[in-house]
Amino acid sequence: MRVVLAEDLFLLRDGLTRTLREHGDEVVAVDNGPSLLRALLEEDEEAPDLAVVDVRLPPTYSDEGLQAALEARRRRPGLPVLVLSQYVETLYANELLAGGDGAVGYLLKDRITHTEQFLDAVRRVAAGGTVMDPQVVSRLLSRGDARGTIGSLTPRERDVLELMAEGRSNSSVASCLYLSESAVAKHVASIFAKLGISPSADANRRVLAVLAYLKR
Amino acid sequence: MFDKSRAPVSRACVALGRCQVASLHALAVSATGSLVVLALLLLPVGVGFWLLPRAARWLRALSDRSRARAARWTGTPVSSPEPLHGDRHRNARARSTAVLGDEGFWRDLTWAWLEPVAGGLVVAAPLALVEYGAFGVLVQPFVWRLLGDGNWYAFVPVHSTPTMLAALALGLALMGAGLVIAPATLRLHARLGRPLLSASRGARLARRVEHLADTRARALDTLAAELRRIERDLHDGAQARLVALGMTVDRATRLLETDPRASRELLLDVRTTSEQALADLRSLVHGIHPPVLADRGLGDAVRALALDSFLDVHVEARLPGRFPAPVESAAYFAVSEALANAAKHSAAREVRVGLSYEAGLLRATVTDDGRGGADPSRGTGLSGVRERLDAFDGTLALHSPEGGPTTLTMEIPCVSSSPKTSSC
Repeated sequence: MRVVLAEDLFLLRDGLTRTLREHGDEVVAVDNGPSLLRALLEEDEEAPDLAVVDVRLPPTYSDEGLQAALEARRRRPGLPVLVLSQYVETLYANELLAGGDGAVGYLLKDRITHTEQFLDAVRRVAAGGTVMDPQVVSRLLSRGDARGTIGSLTPRERDVLELMAEGRSNSSVASCLYLSESAVAKHVASIFAKLGISPSADANRRVLAVLAYLKR
Repeated sequence: MFDKSRAPVSRACVALGRCQVASLHALAVSATGSLVVLALLLLPVGVGFWLLPRAARWLRALSDRSRARAARWTGTPVSSPEPLHGDRHRNARARSTAVLGDEGFWRDLTWAWLEPVAGGLVVAAPLALVEYGAFGVLVQPFVWRLLGDGNWYAFVPVHSTPTMLAALALGLALMGAGLVIAPATLRLHARLGRPLLSASRGARLARRVEHLADTRARALDTLAAELRRIERDLHDGAQARLVALGMTVDRATRLLETDPRASRELLLDVRTTSEQALADLRSLVHGIHPPVLADRGLGDAVRALALDSFLDVHVEARLPGRFPAPVESAAYFAVSEALANAAKHSAAREVRVGLSYEAGLLRATVTDDGRGGADPSRGTGLSGVRERLDAFDGTLALHSPEGGPTTLTMEIPCVSSSPKTSSC
């Protein structure tokens, strides 16, 4: 897999490059916004399969990386993008999800210390899935609690909803919560019935529906 | 200026009424001005010492009323001079001397002699037109039969039905003209009075310097307190965690050979501690200057706030480009505080946030549909916001009648920079 990696701090760029290379990916590392956009729009042989992007990049040190990723996705719809940041904003998550066609991830930089989880997120995004940082999800859930929109759920269902909103599959939810997959499927069906979300077999649509519900 | 929603006719009538008030007021001003001069003339015989402080106070009361009215009618406040301090002295001679040494008193006196001439005659014009017009319309149709040939209305000799109708038409036209010019006359009156009514340049500057010294001292205090808080947070938070982290790594290193399992446990601890240190730093940074504010500016930062609030917050931002970072930051934290208050105290469901920039003034309004009755003196949050805005000559106004809605309006004078162009 050809990964374009944009990160301005040398230590992090180097570490991420090593991690990804160790797992058999080809890495193109850049350290600023304009060269990121160029690398993302390469054609043919050079075309990337995935972008791993830091929000804040030179030269402006504002949300240059995010803007480049969004622009690249406008020009190349469905290009998988995993955005990393020192902080997460629901606003940025919304902008990434706005297209509605998945293949996006938004994670705190802290998560790269868990190599397995990070690589799992990389694979899921590359495969067209949606990955949301637990912190984004927990903010959405606590907002849902305060507004009473998810008050009808049992604590167990709330756990399942949380993991589902992070973009996990049933089997992943099952292993996180030490449940059987069929039990998870039952919880999921019950959550959808209670919240009035139409169930969808497509895992990606399911995440988007759940996130859209929580953002109400 | 005048309420734009009112019909032109009623606006003209209001203006005419105001002209009437202003002209009567001019008479009172003229009388008081004469009284003050009389008091000055009587100073050599002693009675003046008794009369002058009183007359000066009456004159000040009139000029204060004029200032308040000018502010109300034109929407622009008029700076007032320092209050008269004559009352502090017990004896009449000292009181009079204090009055004579007061700059504001002499400005008042100048105004008292010029206002009836300049302002009084101006506002009398529409009144005279309307009143003489009314005389033509209401009286002429009936009296011409009784008076016969010698009866004239303005330049019309009224002695037959056609000439009576002409007089009637002229009367109506004069009334109309009076009404039409009334609003403009009132504006002219305000413009003539303003330079005399407002405090002198020296007094204004002195007050400004005092205000600046005051707000600067408070800004420095706030800054120092903020730095202390950051220092303490770093010391107790990230710094302490990093020390703990170093110690754990040290123990893990020592156990690596003898007890790899325990060493592994410790290293997992290290990871948790480092995450906590990062979380500490993140919340600290957010409290100093929210990254989204730095990245995107005020509009998007407030939108981000809105998304995290559990109320329904609608943001309408019409902002050209970016503002100086301290202004953005002050406005952001002010809106943040207002949203937190709405969520905590008002039992509101919906909040509207408006951000606009007009004529060098950044304005933020936060309106909730809660129960109102908010008391600005309660709680330290709002006074903190006010202090922060003060440093920019900003203002904060809270309007919160019982039963709601509560509106918080913040205004900061500042300069907007052109929109930052993104490189992509």
